[in-house]
Amino acid sequence: MFRDLYYNMFDFVRTFGALQLFFLRLLMYSPTVLWRRFGLVVAQIHNAGALSLVIIIISGFFVGAVLGLQGFSNLSRFNAEDSVGAVAALALVKELGPVITALLFAGRAGTALSSEIGLMKATDQLSAMEMMAVNPIRRVVVPRFLGGVVAMPLLAAIFSMVGLLGAHLVCVSLLGVDVGSFWQQMQQSVEVADINEGIVKSIVFGIAASLLAVWEGYNAIPTAEGVGRATTRTVVISAIVVLIFDFMITAVAI
Amino acid sequence: MDAVSDNLIEIHDLDYSFGARKIFNGLNLTIKRGQVTAIMGPSGTGKTTLLRLITRQIVPDHGVILVDGVDIATLNQTGLYEMRKRFGMLFQNGALLTDLSVFENVAFPLREHTRLTNRLIRHVVLTKLHAVGLRGAADMMPQQLSGGMARRVALARAMVMDPDILIYDEPFVGLDPISMGVIVRLVRKMNDALGITSIIVSHDVQEISTVADCSYLISKGKVAASGSPDELNKASSDLVRQFMHGMADGPVAFHYDAPDYAEQLLGRDTE
Repeated sequence: MFRDLYYNMFDFVRTFGALQLFFLRLLMYSPTVLWRRFGLVVAQIHNAGALSLVIIIISGFFVGAVLGLQGFSNLSRFNAEDSVGAVAALALVKELGPVITALLFAGRAGTALSSEIGLMKATDQLSAMEMMAVNPIRRVVVPRFLGGVVAMPLLAAIFSMVGLLGAHLVCVSLLGVDVGSFWQQMQQSVEVADINEGIVKSIVFGIAASLLAVWEGYNAIPTAEGVGRATTRTVVISAIVVLIFDFMITAVAI
Repeated sequence: MDAVSDNLIEIHDLDYSFGARKIFNGLNLTIKRGQVTAIMGPSGTGKTTLLRLITRQIVPDHGVILVDGVDIATLNQTGLYEMRKRFGMLFQNGALLTDLSVFENVAFPLREHTRLTNRLIRHVVLTKLHAVGLRGAADMMPQQLSGGMARRVALARAMVMDPDILIYDEPFVGLDPISMGVIVRLVRKMNDALGITSIIVSHDVQEISTVADCSYLISKGKVAASGSPDELNKASSDLVRQFMHGMADGPVAFHYDAPDYAEQLLGRDTE
């Protein structure tokens, strides 16, 4: 049993070290790719960002609407329903926006990145690039990583914004909360530090989810089963890592 | 100045293991400049592995691989990529980039490594596609191509940078007789017209016999026989005869190592 534990720990440390080296390589190649192959990065921002908009907008709207309903229901017990705008905004900007966007991002864009890179590996496309003296990390992996890193904070911002519209629709248009109070309370309660916390979280989650997605794809076993496993691991590990980072950043911010 | 050696690739005393399994054990082999050299052998003998070793996609446990006199183990990444620009490789399944059209697949190395104008790239790509008979398929996507067409596009891509060495990994597998004939003719035509050196990994004896100048038969990690296809056909060795004439049993056993048949059927092997 101790031997198994030892080997598992050894494997974990080795994989974690390799992941860090991989991350350093991505960072090292990023300036060149941004400078010389900006078009590739833009295409990947489109793939990871624009193509995730539908799921982000629909989810954001309903999360905001539920926040509005719950906020109104609970706050009205204390005659504080005018504060529902502030509650919804703080919850969305600081917490739910970045976290739910990151989870959805891992499910939609992360899996697409992993399976695409994994399939390229399984069909020898990455080896073919190597043989054409083209570095696949620079040509394939870095643009996808950067695309995810840029897209994720933008998606989180859109999620929060649409969520606020959802809360507004439910609270103001349906439940009769005063529109002036809704926005004024929000303006008074939400500080720049709260928005910054949300921005920092979405950037960190974007880096983590994109890194894990391209890592899993690049290291997938080049078979149908291997690519499937890599895709599943991307979602599972990204979700866990996002929630752990969320706790850590929140703890530091408070 | 040194005279240019006849040997473009030399492999000396090569050892390579995959896990506990020894793939090559003291392999020695030379590829002559300007010739079509075939590397043959039963499935699982490491033919594709040998190609990966020659192009340093993997590194040997022991031994030296010289490409034009340069030990490829000594190259750094820049040197390795410079050397690989001299290679064109045709993968077994074509390995076309699925998000690019046929035209862009062939143009890919040019766009990555040169600063040619779009007009010039178009000329070069159409010339190469014409050579493989697929100029009309330039706008198609790889998913729309048959296996034979995909391999011809991959061949056009492999030669778009005018390489010195063209490597074919199992180019005849899964092709219908017409596509196979086309590829066989193209291999010979490209080699002679462009003055390049070709290496073909295959176990299709008939096709290889029509196209290769020299063949190596690899078995058990070593070169079991070498020579022209005619010489191999006339060889007296049991292994060569079994392989060249496609006999089911011989030195390469039909049955994989297994316990005694009767004992296994009676379930005694598990006791």
